[in-house]
Amino acid sequence: MAETQIKPLTLNFGPQHPAAHGVLRLVLELDGEVIERADPHIGLLHRGTEKLIEYKTYLQAVPYFDRLDYVSPMNQEHAFALAVEKLLGIEAPPRAQYIRVLYSEITRILNHLLNIATFALDVGAMTPILWAFEEREKLMEFYERASGARMHAAYFRPGGVHQDLPAGLLGDIAHFCGTFPKHIDDLETLLTDNRIFRQRTVDIGVVSAEEAFDWGFSGPTLRASGVPWDLRKAQPYDCYEALDFDIPIGKKGDCFDRYLVRIEEMRQCLRIMHQCIEQMPDGPVVVENHKVTPPRRGEMKRSMEALIHHFKLYTEGYHVPPGETYTAVEAPKGEFGVFLVSDGSNRPYRCKIRAPGFAHLSAMDFLCKGHMLADSVAILGSIDIVFGEVDR
Amino acid sequence: MDPALKDLGDYIAAALPEEVTRVEDAYGELMLWTTPESLIKVLTFLRNDQNCQFRQVVDITAVDYPDREARFEVVYNLLSFKHNHRIRLKLATDEATPVPSAVLLFSVANWFEREVWDLFGVFFSDHPDLRRILTDYGFEGHPLRKDFPLTGYVEVRYDEDQKRVVYEPVSLVQEFRTFDFASPWEGILHLPGDEKAAAGEGEEGKA
Repeated sequence: MAETQIKPLTLNFGPQHPAAHGVLRLVLELDGEVIERADPHIGLLHRGTEKLIEYKTYLQAVPYFDRLDYVSPMNQEHAFALAVEKLLGIEAPPRAQYIRVLYSEITRILNHLLNIATFALDVGAMTPILWAFEEREKLMEFYERASGARMHAAYFRPGGVHQDLPAGLLGDIAHFCGTFPKHIDDLETLLTDNRIFRQRTVDIGVVSAEEAFDWGFSGPTLRASGVPWDLRKAQPYDCYEALDFDIPIGKKGDCFDRYLVRIEEMRQCLRIMHQCIEQMPDGPVVVENHKVTPPRRGEMKRSMEALIHHFKLYTEGYHVPPGETYTAVEAPKGEFGVFLVSDGSNRPYRCKIRAPGFAHLSAMDFLCKGHMLADSVAILGSIDIVFGEVDR
Repeated sequence: MDPALKDLGDYIAAALPEEVTRVEDAYGELMLWTTPESLIKVLTFLRNDQNCQFRQVVDITAVDYPDREARFEVVYNLLSFKHNHRIRLKLATDEATPVPSAVLLFSVANWFEREVWDLFGVFFSDHPDLRRILTDYGFEGHPLRKDFPLTGYVEVRYDEDQKRVVYEPVSLVQEFRTFDFASPWEGILHLPGDEKAAAGEGEEGKA
C-alpha cells in the first residue's frame, strides 16, 4: 500500500493568545505535533517610534524609551541618556550615576520577576505570577516615589536624573533588599526542582555559544549558553566599574538555564543595590550646565537668566553637535543600543533603537525547528519577548 | 580614541586597502567605509581574522540623506567578544543599487535586513526572504525615508456599518506643524523695526 503524503498543518498562533506575550502572530507549519517551520509575523504593535523621535527634541524623545520595553523602562532611558551625553560631551555627576545604576538594577528585578512568572505560567505554574506581582508592586512604588510614575518614569535625562530621591527612600530600598532574597527562595521552591517545570524546560531550545553569536543573542540568553559576557563588566558605563558583582552563566543554553541565569541575576542585582545605597555620594543629580538641564525652580523666581534657560529648554531644546554614536547598555533582556545621528540641530536626525528582543525573536524558527508545538511556548517564554521593543 | 582601536583600524585598512575606503574616529568609536561590492569580503575578514573576531552583528540599519547622490548610508555595527571591541562599517547606496545580503555570514542579518528594506527601501540581493517586517500587511512606501510624511498616507478605523476595519486616506483637521528652530536670531539680517531706524536716519539727513 502506497504511503499517503500528509500535508503539513499550518497553525496560526496569536496575535491574540495569552502565551504569545503580546501581539505575536506565529505561523507554524506542523508535521503532526512537530514544528517544521516557525514564521513570526511582527509589527502589530509598530508605532513608528524612530520616526516620531526624528520630530521631537532630545528631551521630548526620552519618554518614548519607556514605552519600548514597558517592563524595563529605565534601562532604555539609560541608553538614550548615555548616547546624548556622549555627543554633548558631558558626564552625569556621581550621585546621578549611582541613582541611575540603583534604578537600573531595580528595573532588572522588575523585568526578571515578570519574565520568570509569565514563563512559569506558560508552562503551567499559576502561583509564581501572583507572588511575583506582589513584589513588583513594591518595586514600582520605589519608581513612583522617585519619579512620580509607576512605569513610564521619564526619570533618566541626558545629564543626570530628573530630581533627587526623596528622604527616606534609600532606607526603604535597603529594607526591601533585606527581605527580597526570601522571596527569590520561595519562588525557587516552586520552580527549580519542580518536576513538571523541569520536564517542560530542560533540553528545550538548546543554543550553543557559537549559535548564540550567530543569532545576535545578548543578555541572559547569551549567558545561558555559557558566554561570560555582560556589558556592565565588559564595557562599563556610569559607576558599574566601582561595583562588585558576579555574572552567572549557564552550561547548556536550554530554557531551564535561561531561567536559572535570571534567578541568579536577581540576587546579583540585590548586591549591586546594596553597594549603591552604601556608597551613594552627596551632590547634584544633574549637570549644572543650564544649557542642557533646567535650572531649579527657586532660581527661576529670582534670576532672569534661569527663566530664559528654562523657556529655551522646554521650547527649542538644546542643540547637539553633529556626529553619531552607537551606545549600548545591558538591559535586562540583553544589549539595548541606541544609534544616534545628530546633524547639529535640536532634534535627532536618526535614532535607531537596537532592541535585544528583535534579534532573539528572529531566532524563533531556528529554536523551534524539530520541537513539539507545546515547546514553542516554553521557548518563547524563555527568550523574554516584549512587543513594545520588538515592534518599536 | 583608544589606541588599541586605532591600531585595529590601521590594521584593517592595511589588510584590505582596496575595500576599506576610509577609516574614521567618531566620538572614540571606530568607523570604516566600504562599498556594496566589497561588503561581503570585508565582513568575512572582520569575522574570521584573528585580530578582529567580530562574531556578532549587533545591528544593521540605514540613514537617509535625500540630498546626496547615493542617499542611503547602510550601517553595520559589529561586536567582538574576544577582543571587546566595537566597530561600525558603513557604505553608501541609493534606491536602485542593491546591497549584498550578509545572511550567509550572520543569521541575525536576516531580520535586520528585512527591517532596512521595509523602512528604507534598500534592496538586499541574495536575501532568502526579503518581505516587509514591521509595517502593516499591504503597506506601501518606506516610512523612515525623509520624504515620507510623519503622518503617513492612510489611516485605519473600524467601520460600524461594514463591521470591519477600513483604510482611508489621512485627513488632518489641522495641518501638521513642524517648527524650524534653526538659528532663530542669527539668521535674521534685518530685524522687524530696523526699517524705521533707517527711515529716521534718512529724515534726519533731509532735515
